[in-house]
Amino acid sequence: MLSSDSYSENGKMRDYHYTGPVEHRFSPYSFNGGTVLAVAGEDFAIVASDTRLSEGYSIHSRDSPKCYKLTDTTVIGSSGFHGDCLTLTKIIDARLKMYKHSNNKSMTSGAIAAMLSTILYGRRFFPYYVYNIIGGLDEEGKGAVYSFDPVGSYQRDTYKAGGSASSMLQPLLDNQIGFKNMENVQHVPLTQEKAVQLVKDVFISAAERDVYTGDALKICIITKEGIREETVPLRKD
Amino acid sequence: MALQEVCGFNKFSYLYSEWNISASASVYLEDTFFSFHNRKNTDFGGFFTGSNGSPLELYVPVAEYLKESPLQFGQASPNVTPQPTAKPEYCSLPSLPFPAGIPLSASSSIPLPFQLSHGTTTLAFQFQGGVIAAADTRSSCSGLVACPSSQKILPIHSHLVGTTSGTSADCFLWKRILARELRLYQLRHHRRLSTGGAAKLLSHMLHPFKGTELCVAATLCGWDQNLCGPRLFYVCSDGTRLQGELFSVGSGSPYAYSILDRDICWEMSVDEAVALAREAVYRATHRDAYSGNNVDLYHITAGGWKRREREELKEEYYREKEREREKVAERRRKMEKADGSKCVK
Repeated sequence: MLSSDSYSENGKMRDYHYTGPVEHRFSPYSFNGGTVLAVAGEDFAIVASDTRLSEGYSIHSRDSPKCYKLTDTTVIGSSGFHGDCLTLTKIIDARLKMYKHSNNKSMTSGAIAAMLSTILYGRRFFPYYVYNIIGGLDEEGKGAVYSFDPVGSYQRDTYKAGGSASSMLQPLLDNQIGFKNMENVQHVPLTQEKAVQLVKDVFISAAERDVYTGDALKICIITKEGIREETVPLRKD
Repeated sequence: MALQEVCGFNKFSYLYSEWNISASASVYLEDTFFSFHNRKNTDFGGFFTGSNGSPLELYVPVAEYLKESPLQFGQASPNVTPQPTAKPEYCSLPSLPFPAGIPLSASSSIPLPFQLSHGTTTLAFQFQGGVIAAADTRSSCSGLVACPSSQKILPIHSHLVGTTSGTSADCFLWKRILARELRLYQLRHHRRLSTGGAAKLLSHMLHPFKGTELCVAATLCGWDQNLCGPRLFYVCSDGTRLQGELFSVGSGSPYAYSILDRDICWEMSVDEAVALAREAVYRATHRDAYSGNNVDLYHITAGGWKRREREELKEEYYREKEREREKVAERRRKMEKADGSKCVK
């Protein structure tokens, strides 16, 4: 774990030049990169993430996906500090088991989102450095995406990108899925094939321009039949 | 139980009492993750054991790690030795479960690598037809728009609405806690708590976190049945609690104040008030970088709150441009006509 002042506020590294003597303190946080994306359709949801795990100038692993399956209808994508991602998913799994044992049914996506919000806020003063996006099917079978900030503020969206390349991907999604900033365009609903193709294209663009994104793309497609996974290679440099 | 340890869950002994045979006196059983661990503070044990006797039992969510900062090991930490606060018995609220000496400034030793959502324009005012609350919907996060359609006005119960400003996670959660406490009060006392009472409750719940990075600035807008009238309170996490007739909060508030101060009067009609609120938010979003996107408007009357359709401000800008263009064209036509008539003469 490097000291915090070598990272600027959005997690990317600062320019390296000598500014005089600097006191380095141990920082419990570190930024491990990665991008996550989720899209909700009429009867499906897609959660996708790249599989690169980096820290500073090094790549720790090329095969570390950031989507975690929670239930048969919900997948969570978490990027940020990998240590906190792992612990958070363990805690969510444990709470899901407890719920299942005491209530004899699995948690719905909305309930998982509300629970995650309270888990994250429980650490308000020493937050989990994780950007979460939950994708799944709600009780009516429609696609649902819930996006979170590190301290638990959340809301339901149709699409959301999070992680290191989020500022590049989100405007593209706004335009292609939300039809924002376009005049005289017909608003066609998103089909599953088009959505998967769009996700692949969007990640290829992200890998071109963001150094923390690349290696491979893992897509989880959630429908009422279950969760299907696809892996697509991306730039490795 | 191992699972519960992992989740910090072992205080929830009420529902899982068969698992927690050796559970200590953990009394506050309503919330799951908010744990108040008083195994170590046995001197407070007697204070808390006892069921819900006193009416205003505030459950202040003070988590365990606030008592021992995990990062104090081996590093030159800033001076976080806390001053022991007054013993709870002397507190005006008899059941405030707050142990002395919580190092609430533990957070200052950890620099966060990310920013939390901030920046907004919200406003609320009273008039003869009730209370109007309006807000923009942009939630920004260190230069990036984290969410262009967030909800900054949250209904708390049928006759009370709160606008939120500051960190959105804090506001969302504290509104939930306030809604829960108000509901419990209503169930215990068979009447709704007044807006002033709700404001006082929120202010006292936020008080233990004064000095930490919690940032909540809310205006509570409500209608009190017993006091027969609209009420407006401003509550801030630094301890401010004010009653008033007009409040605007956030980075865009100076712009909103200028519009409101000019046209506000008690005798306005509902349509005029709605138009005024909308105009104020629109002008503030025009000038303030951290406000924008849409306008949310709520109108509270004796019958409860009513939500007006969320309005996209982009259309309004185009309409404004169109109006300006019309005005310029009109002026030009008038000048030409005057010139023309002069020439004829």
